[in-house]
Amino acid sequence: MITPVDIGIAILLLGLAVWTAFARAAFAAVAGFIAYGLLLALVWVRLNAHDVALTEAAIGGGLTGALLISAAARMRRIEQATNTERTGLPVRLLAIAASAGVALALSVCVLVLPDPAPSLAHPTVLNQEATGVGNPVTAVLLAFRAIDTLLEAIVLLIALIGVWSLAPERAWGGRPGPRQVADPNGKLAWLARVLAPIGLVAGFYVFWVGADFPGGKFQGATIIASMWLLAQMAGLAEVPPIGRTWLRVGLVAGPLIFIAIGLAGTVTAGAFLAYPVPFAKPLIIAIEMALLPTLVLVLGLLLAGTPAQELSK
Amino acid sequence: MKLAFDLWTFATISAGAFFFLAGTVGLLRFPDTPTRLHALTKADNLGLGLVVLGLLPQADGVLAGIKLVCIWLLVLLAASSVSQLIAATVRRGGGPR
Repeated sequence: MITPVDIGIAILLLGLAVWTAFARAAFAAVAGFIAYGLLLALVWVRLNAHDVALTEAAIGGGLTGALLISAAARMRRIEQATNTERTGLPVRLLAIAASAGVALALSVCVLVLPDPAPSLAHPTVLNQEATGVGNPVTAVLLAFRAIDTLLEAIVLLIALIGVWSLAPERAWGGRPGPRQVADPNGKLAWLARVLAPIGLVAGFYVFWVGADFPGGKFQGATIIASMWLLAQMAGLAEVPPIGRTWLRVGLVAGPLIFIAIGLAGTVTAGAFLAYPVPFAKPLIIAIEMALLPTLVLVLGLLLAGTPAQELSK
Repeated sequence: MKLAFDLWTFATISAGAFFFLAGTVGLLRFPDTPTRLHALTKADNLGLGLVVLGLLPQADGVLAGIKLVCIWLLVLLAASSVSQLIAATVRRGGGPR
C-alpha cells in the first residue's frame, strides 16, 4: 500500500537527484549524493528489502560517499579552472539525448514487464531449508548464486589492484595515502576511541545475524572497515605498507578459501560451489568468516588510496 | 492506557518534529557556520530525543526500547563530535565560507 510518507520520500528522492545533478561544485554534488544514498536506503526499507537497505546505507551512501569526498578534495585545485570551461552545444545536446534515451529505455523496460513479474522467490523459499540459513537473501547469495558472490569479492580485489597501480614507482610497496598528522589527544582521536569499540561490536553483530536476519559480511565488513579508517584518520592506527606479506595473504585468503570450498563441492556434491546438504550451513558460515577479513582489508585499503609514501628503510 | 501512550507519542513526536523544523530553518537562515551548527544541534539533540521518547511506548519489548535510546546516544556522539570538528576547521580558516 502506498502511504503519503512513501509519496513524500519519492518526491524528496527525485528532487535531491535533480539537485545533485545540477550542483556546480563537486563537493556539494557529493553531499547531495550521500544524502541521496541514505534516502534510497529508506526507500528499500519501505519496500521490505532490508538487506538491500543496509547495503545501500553502508556502501552506497557511506563508503562510496567517502571515496567521492576524497576525490572531490583532490580535484579542488583544478576544479576552478574546469568550471569556467563551457562544453560546446553539440556535446551538451548529445549528453541530453543520451541521458533521455537511457531514461526512456529503462521506463519502457519497466512498463513492458509482465504482471505479475517473473519471480524466483517461490522456488528460493521452497529450497531454502536445504541450506540451513534462515535469511533467504543469504541463501541466494551464498548457495543458489554463490558464483556471483565469489566474483564480487574478486572484482573488489581487482579494483584495489587498479588503485595500487596508480602508485608512483618510488612509493610502490609503501604506505597508502598521505601521512596522517592528527593530534593524539584531539577531538577526532577521542571520537575514534569511543566509537571504534561500539562500531566493532555492531559490525560483527551485523555480520553474524546475516545467516538468519538482514545483514551479512558485506555490511559488517563496511562497518568494521570504517572503524579502521576512523582510527587511521585520528592518527591512532597506521595503514600497513602494501608490500607486507600478511596483508597480501589476507587479501587473497577469502576468495581462495571460497574457491577451495567450491572445488571440494565438485567431488562431494557434484558441482562447483555446490555443498553437501548436511554441511551446507557450516560451509556457508566458513565462507562468510573467510571473506569478512578480506573484505575489511579491501574496503579499508580502497579508501586509503594509492601508495604515496616512500618505503622507510 | 493505550490511549494515554498514543497521546504521549503524538505530543512528543510533534514537539520533536517542531525542533527539526526549527533546526532546518536555522540552518538555512543563520548567517555563519557556528550559528548554523548551533541550529543543527537543536534538531539532533532535542528533535531526535523527543522522537525517540515518543516511540518508546510503541516499541515491542524492553530491548527494542534500549536500542532506540542507543541510536539517539550514538547520533548525539557523532553529531557533537562532527560539529566540534567543523567549528575547529572554520576557526582555522579552512573550509568553504
